[in-house]
Amino acid sequence: MLRFLVRRTLGALVILLIVSMVTYALFFAIPADPARLYCGKTCSPENLALIRHEMGFDKSWPVQYWNWLSTIFSGGTFNGVHCGAPCFGYSFDKKELVGGILADRFPTTLSLTVGSAVIFLIFGIGTGMLAAHKQGKAADKIASSLSLLASSMQIYVAGPLALWALCYSTDLLDLPTYIPFTKDPIGWAGGLLVPWIVLSLIWTANYTRMTRSSMVEQLSEDYVRTARAKGMSGSSVFMRYAWRGAMGTIVTVFGIDLGVLLGGAIITETTFSLHGLGQLAIQSFIDSDLSLLVGVTVVAATLIVFFNIIVDAAYALIDPRIRLA
Amino acid sequence: MSNELTLKPASPAVGSGDPLLSLTGLKKHFPVMEGFLFKRQVGAVHAVDGVDLEVFPSESVGLVGESGCGKSTTGRLVTRLLEPTGGEIRYAGQDITHASRKELAPIRSEIQMIFQDPYSSLNPRHTVGSIIGAPMEINGINPAGGIQRRVQELLETVGLNPEHYNRFPHEFSGGQRQRIGVARALSLNPKLIVADEPVSALDVSIQAQVVNLLQELQRELGIAFLFIAHDLSVVRHFSQRVAVMYLGKIVEIADRKSLYESPRHPYTHALLSAVPEADPDDDRERIRLTGDVPSPLNPPSGCRFRTRCWKAQEKCASEEPPLVQLSGNAANHLTACHFPEDPAPAAVPAQRAEV
Amino acid sequence: MTTQAKPEEVSAGSGGTPFLSVRDLSVRFSTEDGVVRAVDNLSFDVAPGSTLGIVGESGSGKSVTNLAVLGLHNPDRTEISGSIKLDGQELVGAPNRELEKLRGKKMSMIFQDPLTALSPFHTIGKQIGETFRKHTGASKKEARDRAIEMLTRVGIPQPTSRVDDYPHQFSGGMRQRAMIAMSLVCDPKLVIADEPTTALDVTVQAQILDLLKDLQQEMGTAIILITHDLGVVARTAQDIMVMYAGRAVERGTVREVLKAPQHPYTWGLLSSMPSLTGDVNIPLKPVRGTPPSLINLPSGCPFNPRCDFREKVIGGGCTSERPPLSPATGHAAACHLNQAQRQDIFIDQIKPRLG
Repeated sequence: MLRFLVRRTLGALVILLIVSMVTYALFFAIPADPARLYCGKTCSPENLALIRHEMGFDKSWPVQYWNWLSTIFSGGTFNGVHCGAPCFGYSFDKKELVGGILADRFPTTLSLTVGSAVIFLIFGIGTGMLAAHKQGKAADKIASSLSLLASSMQIYVAGPLALWALCYSTDLLDLPTYIPFTKDPIGWAGGLLVPWIVLSLIWTANYTRMTRSSMVEQLSEDYVRTARAKGMSGSSVFMRYAWRGAMGTIVTVFGIDLGVLLGGAIITETTFSLHGLGQLAIQSFIDSDLSLLVGVTVVAATLIVFFNIIVDAAYALIDPRIRLA
Repeated sequence: MSNELTLKPASPAVGSGDPLLSLTGLKKHFPVMEGFLFKRQVGAVHAVDGVDLEVFPSESVGLVGESGCGKSTTGRLVTRLLEPTGGEIRYAGQDITHASRKELAPIRSEIQMIFQDPYSSLNPRHTVGSIIGAPMEINGINPAGGIQRRVQELLETVGLNPEHYNRFPHEFSGGQRQRIGVARALSLNPKLIVADEPVSALDVSIQAQVVNLLQELQRELGIAFLFIAHDLSVVRHFSQRVAVMYLGKIVEIADRKSLYESPRHPYTHALLSAVPEADPDDDRERIRLTGDVPSPLNPPSGCRFRTRCWKAQEKCASEEPPLVQLSGNAANHLTACHFPEDPAPAAVPAQRAEV
Repeated sequence: MTTQAKPEEVSAGSGGTPFLSVRDLSVRFSTEDGVVRAVDNLSFDVAPGSTLGIVGESGSGKSVTNLAVLGLHNPDRTEISGSIKLDGQELVGAPNRELEKLRGKKMSMIFQDPLTALSPFHTIGKQIGETFRKHTGASKKEARDRAIEMLTRVGIPQPTSRVDDYPHQFSGGMRQRAMIAMSLVCDPKLVIADEPTTALDVTVQAQILDLLKDLQQEMGTAIILITHDLGVVARTAQDIMVMYAGRAVERGTVREVLKAPQHPYTWGLLSSMPSLTGDVNIPLKPVRGTPPSLINLPSGCPFNPRCDFREKVIGGGCTSERPPLSPATGHAAACHLNQAQRQDIFIDQIKPRLG
């Protein structure tokens, strides 16, 4: 297991290097000049050159990339702000250290993700198992059609609809806002309730369908029939055998989804005006804020790579046939 | 299908003329890779480990053995679906061991393969016509009257309705699908067909239909067969010569009469005695082999069968028995054993008891 | 079927009160294409401690029958009628809770492919012990000890350490031994073995069949052996029932059915199988055509479209009237040919082929 983790971590570092490098290269492929945005309307060529030099944009992108990379380990000083290692650079647009901005925005995305994940796991897996248990009966048909309906909804449709129904027209729930959990746990939950409901509605539908189909598949496996032939009761066949087999698929998909969600749910955050990582990514792109864009990208990529490793390790725990190497 | 009770014995004299296919010391090792950052080879699965075998024109040679003995791998090496690790494959005198795609092109049409599973070996999205016609198209062959006409002829040859040209594989039963596979193999007028367990996925009554079909083709078209199967009765029925493989090596080879009536290798003897016959009076001596076939990753030293052999002695561990003609053996009956069975034990009773 | 006789009169061969008695069993599945009549009016008995071999090809209803005995069909899609009595207790229509108590305890099953039939997620010991705990209320420790004891009995080396292995760590033969250990852990009085050796090599098959026989003698278990291989039945069973299209077409002792078969389908099966001793120059004689669709069975005798002897039946009847399995006891066949005709055809036309 240790060997596996070390090997995969090394591999992950290589992937992150490539991701950051590609982000740099792509940024320079678009004809945007961040220095010009800075310089303002009355921009003299000397001023522009100065700003370029200050921001480091006068060098070729591989050199800039190398500088960015070495700053991570050595730290640096930007606009008089000291940035200790690990240092992810400085946002000239926000006049802040990238690391600080990320640390500021991450809790919002984390809260959004964890809250909705708890809801959609409970309801999704629960409904899916119920549907598989009552396969072909009314409960199954209702669950299946509802989940088909819900999963075909999009955040940008369901979101405003929920805001209108729950907030603007009825005042039932608070408008989405982020209050740190440590400051006010009840306010935290209240502020995120609407986004949680909308996000988990759609994901619940996906997990219902996935759970149902993998349970149905497992229930038709030979070894499930063997368990019944041994006299195992219906419920123990369902839980000890079929669920055990379906778990692998669900854990795999959930791990990857979690990485993606934590990297920033761009549309959700935009719909509910929550200032998380997803919104930050969009913003940094629009502002041509290179160091921030690279920072967000690397964080998102790290989360995905990290959860991929976790998924593979978890899979080996669930299925004894898988050997980690 | 022929309804005559007997057919002419068709086997040509073994060893006459030049072999169509000859394998010399053929080897296939699958590397086992392991490593922390960089993979390196830590061992090899000795799937085929020095096989010598000849197939003469219009002859059927059976290759039998239990799962993992390397018989299927041998078949895939012959058709060059796998690259040999060592040894030599000669086809009609030409060395094709490592021949390139280009060099192989003219030979490919002469060596064809029939696969075990008639369900997975036919592309479900193609019509029967295009499946059977594809080898001709790929090889740029345009038969007189066109490809479609030829395909319909082939369908008729294998006992299918030529009007079913446009149907898809799923519209056929297992036995019919295997006939489609046979028609595909025949489309290029092959001289050698490697049949890998062609009937083992079929029901008994259907199995006999396909065996009969193959037998007719062999006799009428003079096609040589390398017939790979685990069913000893089917192999005996279909092949004039039979080779027994164990853990990547041929342990005994002989014409069928000699092999089935007086097996010399203990493994052959055990294998034959394990076959259940549909005869309540079958009172052959049964040899109960213990244990399983050892791993081909680390085959036993000396004779590979020694770990399960009741006759094994020290010599068997230290010295590998060569595949030779033992005294008392019929001509061309080769056995690789230090302590062979008696020349003519009644492994199979000559005549069964009457009702 | 017109066999209306009382159970004790019908028991084939072995005599005594049957442990399992099946009467007029019909199993139907509703599918999108129509109703599949998988088993149609089937009656048979199994005496305590004896072995009944059920022989047939795929789709003959042999597996469906036995899943019905265990009550493993999905009740939503299956219609079962008739009677199945296990040790006097009626199983058709019994509540699932009752059946759960019987499955694994009084009757158990051995499946064809132990790799897929054993859970990959649980150790061998857990899977064996679980059955024991369910039916005896034993503790975890007792169940583990019992599992080790059973593994020892079925001949698995180092049972105390192998008990904690997962199925994928066992070889094919060892897995089937473990499967047998699991099915016998509660000393059932009836074991249904569904193609228990089909997935195994011939030498391992011989080991497993011997093991089943030994255990049967030790424990007095009745066995239903489902197979397509008449050789396996000949080696293991006392009685045979041959099934075709969901019905019994012939029934009798092994000797009766294999030495003097009376039904054209049984003849077909026997002449389709090559043997280790027969004359290799006599071509196999397969049953022509393919098995019928169970949704749309031919009228009259379901075998009539494939039968070579239809025109010999005096007064026709093959296409209009379903032949009953007669006589009611002993060696019986479901065929319109009369006794003398069957005798003549077998002696003149069939027997010479069988070598």
